[in-house]
Amino acid sequence: MKVLKVIVAELCVASLLLAWSMAASAAEKAADNYHTYCAQCHGVKGNGKGVNVRDMSVQPRNHTDSKEMSARSDDDIYKVIKEGGVAINKSVLMPPWGDVFSDEEIHGLVTYLRELCQCSYGK
Amino acid sequence: MTHIKYLVAAVMLAGANIAGAEDGAAILQGQCASCHNLTGPAPATLQELWNRKGPDLFYAGLKYKAAWMEVWLQKPERIRPAGMFYPDHVKSDAEGGDEIDDSTLVAHPALPAPEAKAVTAALMELKGKAELVTAGAYTPGTLSRSSGEMLFDKFKGCLACHEIEPGYGGLSGPEVYTAGQRLQEDWLASYLRDPHAWDPKVFMPNKHINETDTRKFIDYFHLLSEEGAK
Repeated sequence: MKVLKVIVAELCVASLLLAWSMAASAAEKAADNYHTYCAQCHGVKGNGKGVNVRDMSVQPRNHTDSKEMSARSDDDIYKVIKEGGVAINKSVLMPPWGDVFSDEEIHGLVTYLRELCQCSYGK
Repeated sequence: MTHIKYLVAAVMLAGANIAGAEDGAAILQGQCASCHNLTGPAPATLQELWNRKGPDLFYAGLKYKAAWMEVWLQKPERIRPAGMFYPDHVKSDAEGGDEIDDSTLVAHPALPAPEAKAVTAALMELKGKAELVTAGAYTPGTLSRSSGEMLFDKFKGCLACHEIEPGYGGLSGPEVYTAGQRLQEDWLASYLRDPHAWDPKVFMPNKHINETDTRKFIDYFHLLSEEGAK
């Protein structure tokens, strides 16, 4: 009985630790990530006119432009967020965000961008 | 004449009374802690990042140069053109673009010289995350302005978010033309290598800058600061 109590107590502690670690690394909402990290260049409205664009040699993508955005596959968008513009032969001004976002968060951002452009690849 | 001597002595004593780190720590707690994190940890969630009103200071003694800090506290000038968190300080211009809404930016209070000295002394004692800094990590080199700008802008794209001179560059990040006089080199070397080790949610990407380029970046910041001082 005593051994059983110890096991139960250990399981409780393990569960608490697991819950804590999951909460600590919880994915942020895609819209929140966008407005924190992406909007500085792509704009709070996603129109490519962020507060930083004044002196940029290459203007950021307008994420509300369905024609432009439908020309990019989800895989390309995922890759450019994670590895930066250079990864798909685009501007170095688009930095790699792979150290900031989890893969799950990047997938969330791809979905969010599709909502902004109201488009999908090829359509 | 004697009265004047007494007056001067009294003023000097008053200054001396608030010049130590202990007094500075009291000022920090009383006047600065509501906007600055003096104990850590850095924001671990976006909500915590959004709530941050001023730079974290729990590693100020590793980050800032004391001489710069003491002067700046007496005459503070904005370092981040769009404030601490840019979405809080932008509005739409006539063409639907984002521009800084100056009316939302709050000026940093200025301190009298004795308080600035005391606060600086106290800040220099705050050395959280010291394990991330390697003393002597930066060794000075030589670099031309054009090479530095090429690296900073064309190769690494940092100009997107940082101004390299007043009125030129990005606005969401801190200006870098004062970084050479403002920031300790060994801290900069550590931060450039991995910004998120210091500030997990900061909206600066990790460009994986190697050791050689890190040195060049810091050399470049020195050049910019020297040019600005002329």
